[in-house]
Amino acid sequence: MRNAVMRRAVLTALLSLAAASTARATDLTVGPGARFATITAALAAAQPGDRVLVRAGTYREATLVVRTPRLTVQGDGWPVLDGQGAREVLVIAADDVTVRGLVLTNTGVSSLEDRAGIRARDARNCVIERNRLRDNLWGIYLQRATDCIVRDNDIVAHGAKQTESGNGIHLWYSSGARVERNHIRGHRDGIYFEFSTLGVTRDNVSEQSQRYGMHFMFSDSCRYERNIFRDNNSGVAVMYSRGVVIHDNRFERSWGSAAYGLLLKDIMGGEISDNVFSRNSTGLFVEGSSRLDVRGNEFTQNGWAAKVLADADQNRFTANRFAGNAFDVTTNSSSANSTFDGNWWDEYKGYDLNRDGVGDVAFHPVRLFALVVEQHPAALLLLRSPLVSILDAAERVLPVLTPEALVDKHPLMRPPR
Amino acid sequence: MNVVALVLNAGLRDLSRNRWIVAYTLCFFGIAEGLFWFGGTGPQVLLSLLNLVLLVLPLVALVFGTIHVYASREFVELLLAQPVPRRQLFAGLYLGLALPLAGAFVVGAGIPFAVHARQGASLGGVAALLTAGVGLSLAFAAIATWIALQTDDRLKGVGIALATWLAATVVYDGLVLGAAAVFGDYPLERPLLGLMLANPVDVARVLVLTQLDVSALMGYTGALFQHTFGTVLGTGVAATALVAWCVVPLGLAERLFRRRDF
Repeated sequence: MRNAVMRRAVLTALLSLAAASTARATDLTVGPGARFATITAALAAAQPGDRVLVRAGTYREATLVVRTPRLTVQGDGWPVLDGQGAREVLVIAADDVTVRGLVLTNTGVSSLEDRAGIRARDARNCVIERNRLRDNLWGIYLQRATDCIVRDNDIVAHGAKQTESGNGIHLWYSSGARVERNHIRGHRDGIYFEFSTLGVTRDNVSEQSQRYGMHFMFSDSCRYERNIFRDNNSGVAVMYSRGVVIHDNRFERSWGSAAYGLLLKDIMGGEISDNVFSRNSTGLFVEGSSRLDVRGNEFTQNGWAAKVLADADQNRFTANRFAGNAFDVTTNSSSANSTFDGNWWDEYKGYDLNRDGVGDVAFHPVRLFALVVEQHPAALLLLRSPLVSILDAAERVLPVLTPEALVDKHPLMRPPR
Repeated sequence: MNVVALVLNAGLRDLSRNRWIVAYTLCFFGIAEGLFWFGGTGPQVLLSLLNLVLLVLPLVALVFGTIHVYASREFVELLLAQPVPRRQLFAGLYLGLALPLAGAFVVGAGIPFAVHARQGASLGGVAALLTAGVGLSLAFAAIATWIALQTDDRLKGVGIALATWLAATVVYDGLVLGAAAVFGDYPLERPLLGLMLANPVDVARVLVLTQLDVSALMGYTGALFQHTFGTVLGTGVAATALVAWCVVPLGLAERLFRRRDF
């Protein structure tokens, strides 16, 4: 008897608790014939923890600002939020907000303000996922947002000029961000980290950017993994940062005199491992960086596989594969401040008498012709000429002009892995 | 009976019985196949063959061509005793030399690429290499015919052929490199492109470069390069220049042949 009473009391308590929690998480439906006609009205009525459910349709409203914490703004059937070429579309200005399933479009071009499809401003733990952004000046803009997640978004800008375009995903003073599985096309910079530390960028595809597929400035301790950067006007640039890990990415088809698969400038300490650099004018460009561990990368069919300037020091290149490049390594000095050891070079013609897999003759990766082209760029037209082969062969036998110190003393006989 | 076909037929029979042309085919086949065999990937084999094409093809076409024209001398004189149009006789003579040379290269170098199609040689690259090889064969066969018709002294003819080969493959590029170094302060893009078109070996090389090394060529600062090599225009210009290098020497040789007193 007492037992039954107890049981009923517990049940009632549980039920009331459930009721209370549903009261806290209400769905506010927006759309034609729904409870709210505009998203603005729904956002004004929302309580923390609510969900604003936007039905299919096109919404032309003033810039939407989410000020309610723990709110979820979710699209149902890809509703279109149109900035009408005049304004920013959606701003997240509260913590723990999730934005999902929306189409944000047409912010228009402005020279005075950085209009974004979605902006997170001074927010923590926001989640921006599975949205489509079309023809916005800036795509997703995190501004002093901490520990936010940006994933599975599809961001496209059409036919914009570099001067009239913003970045696909832009982070400014936003630490701890995770940028994953996004697809970005046609913006100025695909992904831009500025003063944003401890970020992780993973599994994104960034292509056809007006400038860089990815651009990092002053962003320490970030990881970039398994991303694909291709057909970007100037490739990828990582500058003025420490402790960068760049692992298992693909850098493809950056063509032009100032285009680099990956440009590293003033990077202190970092790992560049297991990436593929393919068909770039310059695969890897290293300037003023030190203590980089460049390991296990594949350089194929680039114009210049690696340009390592003399002001870059104590960098180690090991177990990389160089194949089918017009030039494997070039530098601008006769001294070698970076070391190459135990790489595989398809141009290596040495032998391995003791069969330990390491060539018995050292390999000088800098060709004489590379130095000639460095000084007389027009001579590039003589690439692959028999004369050039003869000159290179002569220089390899009796190195006079190429940097003697830049040498791989343990060239591999077979490509690693 | 068409005289061109007759003379061509005679030339073909003569050449097919010739062990050199067989050896020539087998040489290309052996080298290309060998490169694949010893672990070369498609692009690597292409590049190695490119060097061979640029050096060996002109040499064989020039030396073999001049010798062939000298060797056909009595046959030509015999036919000229008949009522035969000289133009047709010349066409037969040239085609009987050029077609086996070009054919031997295409067969010898083409088959290994067809067999190892999966090893990653780009179709454009292979096509460019074969086109360059065929163009070089035809052009240098025409030049060889021209050289052989200019002098009756066989030794002198072969000597001129060898000198031509050395000039076209190595010396010319050396001069261009020197010019690029000396006049490095001037805008050299246009003159240099012009210089490339003025030598069939360089034309053939640039044709292959536009397919294999675009990434490097696009790294050059000049906008002209980007416009030339970034589009099909570069390939088209190079191919046209190669055709011109077949037609012009051939026309000169044909003129010589028609006016010549045998």
